[in-house]
Amino acid sequence: MSVSAIHDDHHDHGPAKGLMRWVTTTNHKDIGTLYMVTSLIMFMVGGAMALVIRAELFEPGMQFVDPMFFNSMTTLHALIMVFGAVMPAFAGLANWMIPMMIGSPDMALPRLNNWSFWLLPFAALMLVSTLFMEGGAAAAGWTLYPPLVLQTGAAFPFTIFTIHILGVSSILAAINIIVTILNMRAPGMTLMKMPLFVWTWLITAFLLIAIMPVFAGAVTMLLTDKFFGTSFFNAAGGGDPVLYQHLFWFFGHPEVYVLILPSFGIVSQIIPTFSRKPLFGYSSMVYATASIGFLSFIVWAHHQYTVGMPVEGELYFTYATMLIAVPTGVKVFNWISTMWRGAITFESPMLWAIAFVVLFTMGGFTGLMMSISPADLQYHDTYFIVAHFHYVLVSGAVFAIIGGVYFWLPKWTGRMYDERLAQLHFWLTTLSVNLCFFPQHFLGLAGMPRRIPDYALQFAEFNAWSSVGAFIFGFSQLIFCYIVIRCMSGRGEHASGEVWEGASEHGLEFNLPSPAPYHTWETPPNVH
Amino acid sequence: MKKLMTLLAVSGLAVAGEASADYALNLTEGVTELSRDIHDLHMLIFWICVGIGVLVYGILVYSLIHHRKSKGVVPAQFHENTKIEILWTVIPFLILLGMAVPATRVMIKAYDTTGADLTVKVTGYQWKWKYDYLDEGVSFFSTLSAKSNEARQLGSGIDPATVEHYLLDVDHPLVLPVGKKVRFLFTGGDVIHSWWVPDLGWKKDTIPGFITDGWATIEKPGTYRGQCTELCGRDHGFMPIVVIAKPEAEYREWLAAQKGAPIVAVADSATHQENSSDHQPEPLQTAAATGEARSPAPAEIAEPLTQEGAMTLGKEVYESHCQSCHQANGEGIQGLFPAIHGSQVVQGPVAAHLQLVLNGKPPLMASFRNILKPQEVAAVITYQRNAFGNSTGDLVQPADIAAH
Repeated sequence: MSVSAIHDDHHDHGPAKGLMRWVTTTNHKDIGTLYMVTSLIMFMVGGAMALVIRAELFEPGMQFVDPMFFNSMTTLHALIMVFGAVMPAFAGLANWMIPMMIGSPDMALPRLNNWSFWLLPFAALMLVSTLFMEGGAAAAGWTLYPPLVLQTGAAFPFTIFTIHILGVSSILAAINIIVTILNMRAPGMTLMKMPLFVWTWLITAFLLIAIMPVFAGAVTMLLTDKFFGTSFFNAAGGGDPVLYQHLFWFFGHPEVYVLILPSFGIVSQIIPTFSRKPLFGYSSMVYATASIGFLSFIVWAHHQYTVGMPVEGELYFTYATMLIAVPTGVKVFNWISTMWRGAITFESPMLWAIAFVVLFTMGGFTGLMMSISPADLQYHDTYFIVAHFHYVLVSGAVFAIIGGVYFWLPKWTGRMYDERLAQLHFWLTTLSVNLCFFPQHFLGLAGMPRRIPDYALQFAEFNAWSSVGAFIFGFSQLIFCYIVIRCMSGRGEHASGEVWEGASEHGLEFNLPSPAPYHTWETPPNVH
Repeated sequence: MKKLMTLLAVSGLAVAGEASADYALNLTEGVTELSRDIHDLHMLIFWICVGIGVLVYGILVYSLIHHRKSKGVVPAQFHENTKIEILWTVIPFLILLGMAVPATRVMIKAYDTTGADLTVKVTGYQWKWKYDYLDEGVSFFSTLSAKSNEARQLGSGIDPATVEHYLLDVDHPLVLPVGKKVRFLFTGGDVIHSWWVPDLGWKKDTIPGFITDGWATIEKPGTYRGQCTELCGRDHGFMPIVVIAKPEAEYREWLAAQKGAPIVAVADSATHQENSSDHQPEPLQTAAATGEARSPAPAEIAEPLTQEGAMTLGKEVYESHCQSCHQANGEGIQGLFPAIHGSQVVQGPVAAHLQLVLNGKPPLMASFRNILKPQEVAAVITYQRNAFGNSTGDLVQPADIAAH
């Protein structure tokens, strides 16, 4: 402990007091908390928008909102959930956990870290404020396809500016994470010893750096098409509307892996802990993640099977997309093999992880079906697709995040959450999510297009079920808010350092006291 | 506990597989060879997924039941097995290969538009379809039926259950012959739309400035319904597609009626809606009149409109071409679509009003020069200037349009 002896006289042990602590903080734990809280707030905002959608779709006929506002709701719901809820949640988990998991005292670039967080609430605020602008918020879907998006009113430049700011924020966070992982590991923490969560984030961060500039470029081209007379996407001026779709999905497809790879990481931390067994096939997990990351760049046009690509293009994207099933399958098999002959217990984090494996696999199956381009000529832009991506994003990404929060909340706050309430939260959520999204498979196959505010009578029954499921799902999350706030305000049983039986075997973070002190691993641990 | 979930998921899938068309749980087999191929492909992948699912979920559930700590199990410590890892990489790859072969075959078939017996051009507009029978010179617009349109307004007070084919009915359906290879050409008039009739087995985007294509040989006479499937703005959900397939002879009859039809057709659509249950489409204007609206035949111009006639026709045109943006009450939508009521343009000089309708206002408003005929433009302008609380008293004549 020679290092701390030298600095004894001016060692800053605790956080600053008052509100300025949060504005000026460079501490990875503070910034992690800021990200997580922002994410939770945006999750509720985006969820409220989903409930507007589901309320309107509860029965045939237009009951509550104008179709234009309905379209704004689907657009903002997606943008907020992707950029405001899921990505910040992962950034929050990365900030909290990566330094503790690799034995580093903080992130490598703490001031940059502060900046990349504080861009976020302003961008989110601006996006929500477009709802009150003349002409309403953007209503062309989160994909912002031209020429339709060029019909947006005053909200148009603000929506694009929001995307620019969010992009900067993501890129800065990604740079910070890569630099931290590659430079700040404790002695003995070789790359192939890193926890899977760290690995998945490392690959995700590279994806982010590669794709966010493409998206920023594409939307900037929209901006110049609208205001400066260019014709990138306007056929009358020699451009091509489908070019935008290629650019968007070159960003968009890796982006959906940005939303799922860290989830794989979280689940790979939880399952071994509660199976009391090491993760099965660690190195194949790493290679599978890297393969998925690579494949994500070469499959983008499977979102565009109906735009009239040459048949060779259709077939290439079909084959490439089908390949993703192989590494994804490897991951699922590895998780199940980890549980096999383990000594499993069913605390809340494990319940979420198991539900993730089951339901994400469901989304994987429908994804495989959609990869077959001729079949997708039917599935494309129907509720079958809506069901698919909600299975992978809600019961995939969101379930993993919630599971991760239950897993590490005692470490962060030093308090155990209320297990009975948490189990109630789990069962309500899991059943209602299935009630909400499972019938949507049938709706899509029976012919209901997505993004419509009203529908023909034969779709009424399943839509009613789906809406009931959505409302139960939405309101169940209030239980989650209560559980989290209860722990954060220092109520509940004290948690031990290890938190979960045998967890110290599975991660450095469980070798620290609970709550984790403001500064950890000032002296790096020795990893054997 | 997870067993329940798994059972739910698996049994749900099984239901989907066995479901007949009556329950509308599964993809339709459709009425073309291609749609059946696609359906079969869909079922093949589906059953492969069910098979894998039963295996994977079965092992998971077994493990969750038998490998619990509460049963006193001592956890094993194995963490890799190269043989099995290679096996579960190679086997899925082989399954994929097996799926890729039929997929390739069907996709190549879907793209083979050669040897068509007739060609129909489909143009997507906000929020209607235009059909051009290219070799026949017949052309018309197809919009949501008036009854559905009335019922779907916010707070209309009409129960959708009382409307036949709610949101899936149009004023002028597309009529096609059975047993003939029909080639479709698709393009967009303003934004991207997508033309989808599930019974034909596919959908195709209509992209402004570009032409895409597709084909169908319908095997059974009948009425097949579909919808726009690419978000195209406010009324995306309200531009259905109706295809009526008829035996060759009846199709020929229908076609002949279209060609000989009088030009006034648009005004008939109200009466048509009253007895639309038999779904006999009304005769429509010929393409000669629509396509060449720019230089109309002298006979058309010579027919002056009466104030009453202009108001009736104008109302029809307004309802099918203007109302979805400017609203039924003429109040528009603030910030997007200006109100007709009290509008500076409408109450100002006729010439400026005419210019706006003929040239449109990009990117929001289409140019109606080639969409409407002169007497329709004259009528709708007359209507706008004398309805919604406007009272200029102007009567615009088709001859005035020719001057612009």
